[in-house]
Amino acid sequence: MIAVSPTEQMIVSAARALAGVRTVFVGVGMPNVACNLARLTVAPDLELIYESGVYGARPARLPLSIGDPTLVTGSTSTVAMADLFGLYLQAGHVDVAFLGGAQVDRFGNLNTTVIGDYAHPKVRLPGSGGAAEIATSARRLFIMMRLSNRSFVSKLDFVTSPGHLTGGDARARAGLAGAGPELVVTDLALFDFANMEREMQLVSLHPGVTREHVRDAVGWDLREGPAVAETPPPTAEELRLLREELDPKGLYSRG
Amino acid sequence: MAEAIAQLVHDGDSVAIEGFTAFICFAAGHEIVRQGRRDLTLIRMTPDALYDQMIAAGVASRLVFSYLGNPGVGPLHCIRRAVEQQLPRPLEVEEYSHGGMVARYLAGASGLPFYPLRSYVGTDLPRVNPRIKFISDPYGAGEVAVVPPLRPDVAILHAQRADVEGNTHLWGLVGVQKEVAFAARKVIVVVEELVDAAVIQSDPNRTLIPGLIVDALVVEPFGAHPSYVQGYYDRDNEFYLEWDRVSRDPATTSAWLDEWVFGVRDRAQYLAKLERSTLDRLRPGSRPAAAVDYGDYR
Repeated sequence: MIAVSPTEQMIVSAARALAGVRTVFVGVGMPNVACNLARLTVAPDLELIYESGVYGARPARLPLSIGDPTLVTGSTSTVAMADLFGLYLQAGHVDVAFLGGAQVDRFGNLNTTVIGDYAHPKVRLPGSGGAAEIATSARRLFIMMRLSNRSFVSKLDFVTSPGHLTGGDARARAGLAGAGPELVVTDLALFDFANMEREMQLVSLHPGVTREHVRDAVGWDLREGPAVAETPPPTAEELRLLREELDPKGLYSRG
Repeated sequence: MAEAIAQLVHDGDSVAIEGFTAFICFAAGHEIVRQGRRDLTLIRMTPDALYDQMIAAGVASRLVFSYLGNPGVGPLHCIRRAVEQQLPRPLEVEEYSHGGMVARYLAGASGLPFYPLRSYVGTDLPRVNPRIKFISDPYGAGEVAVVPPLRPDVAILHAQRADVEGNTHLWGLVGVQKEVAFAARKVIVVVEELVDAAVIQSDPNRTLIPGLIVDALVVEPFGAHPSYVQGYYDRDNEFYLEWDRVSRDPATTSAWLDEWVFGVRDRAQYLAKLERSTLDRLRPGSRPAAAVDYGDYR
């Protein structure tokens, strides 16, 4: 058996977090693989919603883009953009959504817009896409990003999508409908926000990863949950599905 | 196509060539480049490789958008060069989120002064785009974000088929095609096939754009390549990966434009230049819908 890669651990951890979930707003890349893995394992009733305007997708191949035609064929419904953002997302029919970004802060706010100053950016990033609305209205938000102190920063260069804002009950006071970030899945560890301050806290280390390694990769003084567990490694069946069925070329799962 | 662009797209116009990953009319964009338009405001939720090419060719001075990426691949290098280094010329950007762009099109399409949406609270987008505002809900439920109407001078929309009047059938990713068509002052519809009115009328639920609002109809098979048309051809993902390499360097980008845009007269020549194997590779299998019966009432 080939050793489990950090990315495989990440995808499997994200898939398991979808246990029992009904609707998920899927992102392309790793979240896409994770959502499809969940549908084959812990969440057989999971409906995949893609930002391109598909509800109940049943992709016959792993799509490169979120607008791939395989997502349309055999889906339950195609959905016009106005309906996707209005009737599905804003009205509260998205149980879980995945987001990532170039930067995340301790309250789960995300930056996908610029590194540096907006008017004279050092790096111009893609921008919001649907992320601002997803972060506002999805009932629960899972963040999926590789852990590094370039991305886990004490202050964002730009807030593209709202997390728990300044922490505590700031999000509820601002009138945001969704519950906000609940889980952060990385290649080294898992984090949640289950404290009064709604601050990201370490809850689980992937096998072989040390606290020190994780602390070094976070750009602020990292908080720990009441207990820090070891993440259960992928089962043989999860690895088989991942390697043989979902991503046989290893486009998203290797490394 | 050349005639439609010559008549309807002018220097300084705002132009929306829409389509979310699907139905992106590269043929029209390339024709605009060939005709040397300048100072366009290009509008698209996802600028995609097409606007990367058009901006590299220098047709635009402004971009209105919500997601700046080569979908599934990475950044749009030419637009990044324009924003970060003002190359080949400065590009002014007006940035929204997808929800914001959809709301702008909805307001433009339905003659409303603005459109409300649940977004932008706690974000920096309103700080850099003063057109995103918050108003107090007149019915007392707090503050809500609003965006102004978007009414492009010209919308260019690709679809599967239309009749000679421009009544257009589209299936697959519906995107914002209908809203953009109703929001724009002039509409060019580009289709894979011209069909009899009887075909359109046999399935009225599939008519997304009525001929009423269509100013020009162009029949251009494979006109969306390397984007795709559901049921007709696949997205050319290999091209999008290749564009990532080509577009990294201004010199290879120019060479590509010289070869594939300036070096061909029209889409027919472009297709003739594409290898036969490319077109074969992109042909999907068949998966027809079950027929529906609208009933005969008389």
